[in-house]
Amino acid sequence: MLKNHYQLLIIGAGPAGLAAAATVSGHGISCALVDEQPAPGGQIYRCSESVSEQRARILGDEYQRGKQLITAFRNSDAEYFPDTRIWSLSNQRQIGIIHQEHSKIITADQILVASGAMERPVPFPGWTLPGVMQAGAGQILFKSAGAIPGYGVVLAGSGPLLLLLAWQYMNAGVDIKAILDVTPLTNHLLALPKLPRALLAHHYLTKGLVYQKDLRRAGVITKLGVSALQATGEECLQTVSYHHFGRQHTIKTELLLTHFGIIPHIWLTQASGCDHWWDKHQKCCRPQHDDWGNTSIDGIMVAGDGAGINGARSAEHAGRLAGLQALYALGVLTEQARDEQSINDRKWMQTDCHIRPFLEAYFAIPDKLLATPDNDTIVCRCEEITAGQIRDAVANGHSDSNQVKYFTRCGMGPCQGRQCANAVAHIIADTGGQAVSDNSLFRSRPPVAPLTLAQLADLHEANSQ
Amino acid sequence: MFKQLPDSIAETVEVTLNGQSIRVTQGISVAAMVLTQGLRCTRETPVSNSKRAPFCMMGVCYDCLMVIDDKANQRACSVMVKDGMTIDTQYGAGSKPQVFQC
Repeated sequence: MLKNHYQLLIIGAGPAGLAAAATVSGHGISCALVDEQPAPGGQIYRCSESVSEQRARILGDEYQRGKQLITAFRNSDAEYFPDTRIWSLSNQRQIGIIHQEHSKIITADQILVASGAMERPVPFPGWTLPGVMQAGAGQILFKSAGAIPGYGVVLAGSGPLLLLLAWQYMNAGVDIKAILDVTPLTNHLLALPKLPRALLAHHYLTKGLVYQKDLRRAGVITKLGVSALQATGEECLQTVSYHHFGRQHTIKTELLLTHFGIIPHIWLTQASGCDHWWDKHQKCCRPQHDDWGNTSIDGIMVAGDGAGINGARSAEHAGRLAGLQALYALGVLTEQARDEQSINDRKWMQTDCHIRPFLEAYFAIPDKLLATPDNDTIVCRCEEITAGQIRDAVANGHSDSNQVKYFTRCGMGPCQGRQCANAVAHIIADTGGQAVSDNSLFRSRPPVAPLTLAQLADLHEANSQ
Repeated sequence: MFKQLPDSIAETVEVTLNGQSIRVTQGISVAAMVLTQGLRCTRETPVSNSKRAPFCMMGVCYDCLMVIDDKANQRACSVMVKDGMTIDTQYGAGSKPQVFQC
């Protein structure tokens, strides 16, 4: 049963949250971990506990690491609440929770937001058609249901996940019709200066090269330097077209999985009022934090990809650091003990992060593409607002995201702008409005997850128990 | 659109999808179930009646909204199939369709 107060509340059961919970275990503090999914692992280690050996093998070594983390967490004394949604987080450390269909507000002395990442939504013509999905969705379907494309698939976009998914699909015997890589060829040159540092974390590069070699050997067609990606079809996806070296090509397919990198899931930290900043290298907004994970609000910490994209390994170390910091803040560890116990994680994290500047430069999506050049493309999937309508609003003097939102309803649908916020910021900058900056995104207010009136009305009763 | 690997089809439950009784794998999400059942569209938008289907599968995009056990606007990717569950394609802001085929 969920209590009204915890000394430490961890939000998210991915690598950061799991590692933090295991770190604080055995110190006599009350700790709860809440998570939306029915089982621990986050997106990266989704269903690690329950997948068959065959599926785990196809998914690769990295995925299997999740099992160790989950076992350590299961052996910890943290209370675990799966299938639990957070709908608000205040700067007073009040957390709105929906657990077993009932709503409740609880408090905590320390809160660790380990909300992870989401796919970077990049609108392109036809991206709302049934049959167009994100690459992460394909991976989730495989991890959680053993489901693979039945009639072939086209993979398109840019970033390590696209390559990994292609490799996993190849191992599972999926017919990959083509990999359409939209990474600009000039990125290869721009990323070169970052290569020496990346060599310090060379296992990532080696792995990428092995995946590419395996795919080539299997005869999977990869087109580099693709542009003008477009999905078309009557009601559902029928064809994917693209430009390659000045020529237009078309592929018949009923499934297109796209990937344009990942961005932190910041809706909770935003709603709580934590300071955020625009990272021009990662091209996303991320919460400000110190090297323990402390945000600008006392008692609210962040760790893992929700704090900025550093990958699963770093998330694990950041989770441990945040756990140690929570123990220190709660008076369980001295400053010296905290610092001593953090040495190894800091060292690992430093090494792990050497790869990032190279990856960020290599897979950087050009601002032009992020700003949805085609005016007929729907940007806000919920309210069906096009790039052209947003540009018109900017031309009419609505020069920042919130003004565009009030004027067009863009970002006011059920997803609350999660799919269009970044694109809107880039379109505004591209049209002569506010440049993309720390305050570019829509304001986020609770409830950040849907809440029925019945659940809201339920609040008083739940909290008086 | 999707098919399940033979090793992942374990115990099954019975659900009703758009009025049809079917046996499906236990322990998977409604969205995974409908995609492996070959349903290409899971809702029609309230704005333009255009067809949509699951997009992100992780609860972020809200494009997989369906009517589950007569409750509209449920994210199919975040609800697990249960024995006896009824799942319907969602029309607009939340009414149940009469006939819907894509």
